[in-house]
Amino acid sequence: MDIQTLTFIIVGMTFALYIGIAIWSRAGSTNDFYVAGGGVHPLANGMATAADWMSAASFISMAGLISFMGYDGAVYLMGWTGGYVLLALCLAPYLRKFGKFTVPAFIGDRYYSQTARTVAVICAIFVSFTYVAGQMRGVGVVFSRFLEVDVTTGVIIGMGIVFFYAVLGGMKGITYTQVAQYCVLIFAYLVPAIFISVMMTGNVIPQIGFGSELADGSGTYLLDKLDGLSAELGFTEYTSGTKSTIDVFFITAALMVGTAGLPHVIVRFFTVPKVRDARKSAGWALLFIALLYTTAPAIASFARVNMIDTINGPDAQGTAYTEAPSWITNWEKTGLISWEDKNEDGKMFYSGDDRNEMKIDRDIMVLANPEIADLPAWVIALVAAGGIAAALSTSAGLLLVISTSVSHDLLKRNLMPNISEKQELTYARIASAVAVCVAGYLGINPPGFVAQVVAFAFGLAASSFFPAIIMGIFSKRMNKEGAIAGMLSGITFTAAYIIYFKFINPAGNVPENWLFGISPEGIGTLGMVINFVVAMAVARVTTESPQDVQEMVANIRFPKGAGEATAH
Amino acid sequence: MSFESENHAEAYWKENLRLMFTLLSIWALVSFGCGILFVDELNAIRVGGFKLGFWFAQQGAIYVFLVLIAVYAYKMNQLDRKYNVHEDHDEAEEAEPVLEEKFGQ
Repeated sequence: MDIQTLTFIIVGMTFALYIGIAIWSRAGSTNDFYVAGGGVHPLANGMATAADWMSAASFISMAGLISFMGYDGAVYLMGWTGGYVLLALCLAPYLRKFGKFTVPAFIGDRYYSQTARTVAVICAIFVSFTYVAGQMRGVGVVFSRFLEVDVTTGVIIGMGIVFFYAVLGGMKGITYTQVAQYCVLIFAYLVPAIFISVMMTGNVIPQIGFGSELADGSGTYLLDKLDGLSAELGFTEYTSGTKSTIDVFFITAALMVGTAGLPHVIVRFFTVPKVRDARKSAGWALLFIALLYTTAPAIASFARVNMIDTINGPDAQGTAYTEAPSWITNWEKTGLISWEDKNEDGKMFYSGDDRNEMKIDRDIMVLANPEIADLPAWVIALVAAGGIAAALSTSAGLLLVISTSVSHDLLKRNLMPNISEKQELTYARIASAVAVCVAGYLGINPPGFVAQVVAFAFGLAASSFFPAIIMGIFSKRMNKEGAIAGMLSGITFTAAYIIYFKFINPAGNVPENWLFGISPEGIGTLGMVINFVVAMAVARVTTESPQDVQEMVANIRFPKGAGEATAH
Repeated sequence: MSFESENHAEAYWKENLRLMFTLLSIWALVSFGCGILFVDELNAIRVGGFKLGFWFAQQGAIYVFLVLIAVYAYKMNQLDRKYNVHEDHDEAEEAEPVLEEKFGQ
């Protein structure tokens, strides 16, 4: 059977599974729709959180990015896992005890202010939309390569599936579908990694494999070979990076704090029955995430060695284009690989200096990896299904945040307080249907590069929500004036910096022009600091928060008496 | 107030904060310390094919994060029991009115 038929079968089977789960877990109430009835086991919730969290970017792009960045790729590895420590220790248990559906609900109640709630709703919707655009793009890439349909059709198919289970099942449908999607995506990620690890180093565990000796009998360590190749070909040494230390520091911090401030991640901890479970669930989530995140750098180094070896040939002089392996010709069709015979010797050559003749898009590394390593066709089909699972699960989670923000925080709590639960549920469904369409549109016509858009989401979450929530829990005195001023100044500063360098003056986006040498990706950290400082300064000169709010804060600081997450 | 006394509430919160700050220091040490600030120094040490700084940045820090959350969840459960503020079915019946009744709208 050829790869395409296999891909259709495997992807089709996973789709059938998701739809089956959606029908089985229809939502009957707003409680089901928003927080899955609050009865999800911490282990299942951890798995769902992991699938929710690991997006098309994690599955498809991350290993490729690391492969090209070497050590610098650690900003993603540490940044996107370290945030869970913050979540587990500083946020999740308290927000679970607080027991409301959404992040804006916490901000609105804690800061006893409709304005604060509105600011939070707008931030939540904005962050989620920027993020979801990237996911749909990922679905499109997978469809266009493996099913040979164009990106638009791919996105529409993907949206149709998400529409079905998000609108029907809400959080309940999404959570159980995500558990299935996690299993699909982790299996699809690990199988090729283990295959390749065994082939290259003889070690079954990729995490150890990439620190082992090569299996070719040369006795060289894989990473040493990679450093050697990099030096020969004019790249920076793989195990050291090109970014400045301060930039690595700030980007890592922005991603960590951003993770802990993303509404679609935080809301996951409202779905468990107890405070105790919220702590545990964060641990499970990180365990499931770590499985993929510790494998990614291994895949990155395997893929890089493999790719250089196949393109430059065993004698490192280049491979004749007429003998190019099929993965190169396959991916050339998508335009993500191209070859230009500069020295007209008919041979392909890849390097980091002017001898280079290849243009290789980073996004293809994970998807092309099984082909590069000559793995069986079913593995390649599996990877396609995994990529789609990753993109769909994250989109669904984000769409839920958007629809909840609109129906609950905006309509029920702001504009139309008198609607019944049934009406609210209808509005939630309409809102998620509209959100699906907008996300699909953004996937077909993506605003700029996906990676830039995602950096935006993290920077904004880091500079708005995270400080407001932390101060809401750990400072009883923090008042609404402080929180609102903090959120506005943090998000304005961060957004202005990113917009300036990414959209107004992209040519000036070089380290010399950056404030303290911090890139737009890392500026959210500084935005967060500004938020904290402004909030504390303003709170000092205004009246402290009222007594009942201070009592509420005292009350969320211990687990006893946590009820189900509720609307009112 | 679910605590037996104001002192208990304060002591519980202090112990919680102490645990949190200890764990967060380790969190910062392995990621920002070993993985970023001291990466060059640690790279002089090799473990198998890994330079140690590189290993911390791409592997080690993540393993430590996992342990930190596990320790926190375990220790906090103990602390909840010590001050009798844990959640259990037998207590749920005589528990405080839940937040929504107190502060809900």
